[in-house]
Amino acid sequence: MTEPTPRTLYDKIFDAHLVETTEDGTGLLYIDRHLIHEVTSPQAFEGLRQAGRRLRRPEATIAVVDHNVPTDASRHTTIVEPESRLQVETLERNVAAFGVPYIPLASEKQGIVHIIGPELGLSLPGMTIVCGDSHTSTHGALGALAFGIGTSEVEHVFATQTLLQKRARNMRVTVDGTLPAGCTAKDIVLAIIAKIGTAGGTGHVIEFAGEAIRALDMAGRMTVCNMSIEAGARAGLVAPDETTFAYVKGREHAPKGEAFERAVAWWKTLPSDPGARFDTEVRLDAAGIVPQVSWGTSPEDVLPITATVPDPEDAADEARRAQLRRMVEYMGLTPGQPLRELAVDVVFIGSCTNGRIEDMRAAAAVARGRRVAPGVRAMVVPGSGLVKKQAEAEGLDRVFLEAGFEWREAGCSMCLGMNPDKLTPGQRCASTSNRNFEGRQGPGGRTHLCSPAMAAAAAVTGRLTDVRDLAPAPAPLPERQAA
Amino acid sequence: MTPFTTLTGIAAPLPMANVDTDKIIPARFLKTIARTGLGKSLFANLRYKSDGEENPDFVLNREPYRHAEILVAHENFGCGSSREHAPWALLDFGIRCVIAPDFADIFHGNCFKNGILPVKLPRAVCDQLIEDAQMGPNARLTVDLQKQVVIRPNGEEIPFSVDPFRRHCLLNGLDDVGLTMQRGAVIDGFESRQKAAQPWLYP
Repeated sequence: MTEPTPRTLYDKIFDAHLVETTEDGTGLLYIDRHLIHEVTSPQAFEGLRQAGRRLRRPEATIAVVDHNVPTDASRHTTIVEPESRLQVETLERNVAAFGVPYIPLASEKQGIVHIIGPELGLSLPGMTIVCGDSHTSTHGALGALAFGIGTSEVEHVFATQTLLQKRARNMRVTVDGTLPAGCTAKDIVLAIIAKIGTAGGTGHVIEFAGEAIRALDMAGRMTVCNMSIEAGARAGLVAPDETTFAYVKGREHAPKGEAFERAVAWWKTLPSDPGARFDTEVRLDAAGIVPQVSWGTSPEDVLPITATVPDPEDAADEARRAQLRRMVEYMGLTPGQPLRELAVDVVFIGSCTNGRIEDMRAAAAVARGRRVAPGVRAMVVPGSGLVKKQAEAEGLDRVFLEAGFEWREAGCSMCLGMNPDKLTPGQRCASTSNRNFEGRQGPGGRTHLCSPAMAAAAAVTGRLTDVRDLAPAPAPLPERQAA
Repeated sequence: MTPFTTLTGIAAPLPMANVDTDKIIPARFLKTIARTGLGKSLFANLRYKSDGEENPDFVLNREPYRHAEILVAHENFGCGSSREHAPWALLDFGIRCVIAPDFADIFHGNCFKNGILPVKLPRAVCDQLIEDAQMGPNARLTVDLQKQVVIRPNGEEIPFSVDPFRRHCLLNGLDDVGLTMQRGAVIDGFESRQKAAQPWLYP
């Protein structure tokens, strides 16, 4: 009898969902959970309508609005911007017509699609999860195969609950050692992208492994998997373990009682087998990581906060020199300038990358007892209504408000310039989001990606700051003595 | 979907790496419920100045590239957001083929669903084609999917490879939703087996 070939976590989930394989090796992959939002679904519903088709499993689908929605109180009356309102109303019409479960804007469970999936137990280990949104990779933190799809594929999943997929290559990124104080999951993933580049993971699924990944809580693992796509990989995964099971247990849509025990027994079979083959291996030492910040207009253009703006003329070839000159000009920088001297106009804390309760706590720990620097607009946008509620129960809203931050309603907000939260041309922003592309946060806006603690530090000093340089936070103010 | 067989047209040179989908179509133009009409917003941040006037330096604002049907670019084309609005915008402008050293995965797949052919060729070849494209009105390339060759203005044929199933769908303009729906019984069988093994997925 021969031993079965050792398989990776990705291979196991892929194999378990393979409906059939065609002669040329294209797999028909079954999809367990389909998340949808207002931006990438209307044309897919329209396609169904034109072909007279229905959803194969509406109950395996969940809809929410997040990209277009304002994050101020105005949304409780109406969405003022007519095109945004039309997209939200179109989703509401479509979910009613096709029988899709929907979390309305007024619900306390509304939030960013990638925050609410795990939060409500809709995303579970071992599942295949898709959404018309590239940051679907977030859900891979649970040990699920989760990836973003285009609208034609959204329509394909609607009609068939499957996708046509070629098997991806396996990449393992091992982060050894212990993360130093002041560093977070965001610094890990930014350091990984800086190392392998934005196309480093193309054609691959990344499994994040190693002591530093195992030590992360679920929020941290979600931050890391969220930005797999910025490294070029459609999906990122972390093997499910006791941290995962403890997180899932008791969530609204998670299995309960005996069903939970049975699920855990299956989930425990999923981690990569010893000796499983990875096509590409990358190793990183967590101990060498310093708080990271992006300086350019691609998520690979990241440096330690202690560094200076690079000189484009030092680049190896003319094409790269031209690219770097353009970045330096767009970002309004001078080669050689210390990153810590850059004054910020706006600070954005939130998004599917860093909008969870743990992120709110990390930012609040820096903001506590301090004041937002004069002239800086600092926004805190919880990733969901439930995150907001939890933060308020812990008094974090008061910490932010007393420090001069805005405390807003849940949504994608200033991550992508599709709703009223936008940068104006030339504004510089320390942002906990995931993309620093030209114009991503609004035309002409200048984005510096960083962790929630680093963003909060920038808010209180008014410039990009090494959070490790801030003196320990002053003691909390007595209850009624707040400024 | 319109089949893609052979295309002869003006090629626009875009010697940039990491052309992300926010660059191809910024998020503020995603507030549409239609697939059409996005061509005017293609590359909006590069194509128009802040006052809305055309930027004369941008390639697609110059003749003959206003009529480009092919785009030649550098590495990692289409990275970033999964928005299918990116291929829709290219298509609406009139571009049906993008040639680059490599493509981001999601964008690459989205192209095939919309009758756009992404062609992967080595960087040195792309640079050669970019030089060809800079010849202006004479910059006509032919992309023959049947024979799997790009034909340069001087007649040289450059072979490329493409996934056979995707090629078949593109050549015949096939809608793969329809194809998969014919596998309904096989999907039924999968669901019964999964429901028995993992009942928590079927609450």
